[in-house]
Amino acid sequence: MLEIGLGHYLTVSAILFVLGVFGIFLNRKNVIVILMSIELILLSVNLNFVAFSSRLDDLAGQVFAMLILTVAAAEAAIGLAILVIYFRNRGSIEVEDISTLKG
Amino acid sequence: MIAGLAFYVFAAILIACATMVVTSRNPVHSVLYLILAFFNAAGLFLLAGAEFLAMILVIVYVGAVAVLFLFVVMMLDIDFTKLREGFQRYAPFGAIIGGILFLELVMVLGSWRFSGDAAELRLSPAPAGITNTEALGRILYTDYVFLFQIAGLILLVAMMGAIVLTLRERTGTKRQSIPDQLAREGKVEVLNIPGGQGIRSLGILRRLPKAEPAPKKVAHHGHDDDHHGGGHH
Repeated sequence: MLEIGLGHYLTVSAILFVLGVFGIFLNRKNVIVILMSIELILLSVNLNFVAFSSRLDDLAGQVFAMLILTVAAAEAAIGLAILVIYFRNRGSIEVEDISTLKG
Repeated sequence: MIAGLAFYVFAAILIACATMVVTSRNPVHSVLYLILAFFNAAGLFLLAGAEFLAMILVIVYVGAVAVLFLFVVMMLDIDFTKLREGFQRYAPFGAIIGGILFLELVMVLGSWRFSGDAAELRLSPAPAGITNTEALGRILYTDYVFLFQIAGLILLVAMMGAIVLTLRERTGTKRQSIPDQLAREGKVEVLNIPGGQGIRSLGILRRLPKAEPAPKKVAHHGHDDDHHGGGHH
């Protein structure tokens, strides 16, 4: 039981992923928590990459995990910037109010 | 043994923190739980042998992304209780979707196995005898240099985008506008002053520096008449 294998990591990562998806549904109104849920999902993907990289002794997985980190940081910066200017213009960050582009 | 125990501790705290991120009432608490979750994920990365990624996770996520979240959450003046409406309404729906997704992932996990020649198909096997950071550095700047450059470009574009989106010119603030200042009519008179006038009137005429001796001319003639590249003809 105390031998940690690939399956343990994949299970933790799966739970984390599901929690992230659940968070998106649960906080339908709060864009900030939705962004945090996306960070959780990306973290679970990273955990998967690192677990496989460690099991197979292949460093390509860790390089990919680093790129995912880059993209996640960029996404957080852009998302929060959009959120700030949206709040400045409309005074609200409810997802259901964000329908200006609806035809 | 200790590694196994540490794995269970890190994993349990990680999942508990993720749950609190999603369900917490106050978004500030959510961000703080997110930071704790990142620390525990870094611990899991360490246990898996990815030391460099663990440190990057702490520096990039905890140091930059989570603090950015914290700033935004605290900067926006939002009534968060209003945003909690519909929490109970959406919870069963989200739980059903999450349960189905989890079942699918477990089924994939149960029936999946490595292919027989997975060891030969590895892209960059980890070399023995050097640290994880050194091994990553050896391949990141050689085999994966284009990916590295693209990552830098993505960060550059994200930085420019964030600046362009959030920079605003407030109306009503006082600030210096150099083009307007220079283009004022009648306020600034441009005079045409002859050179050196002020100095001469005070009698402190600056002397010209002594002329440097001209470089000696070397005569080239006679022995290489067929060579026209010298420029002295």
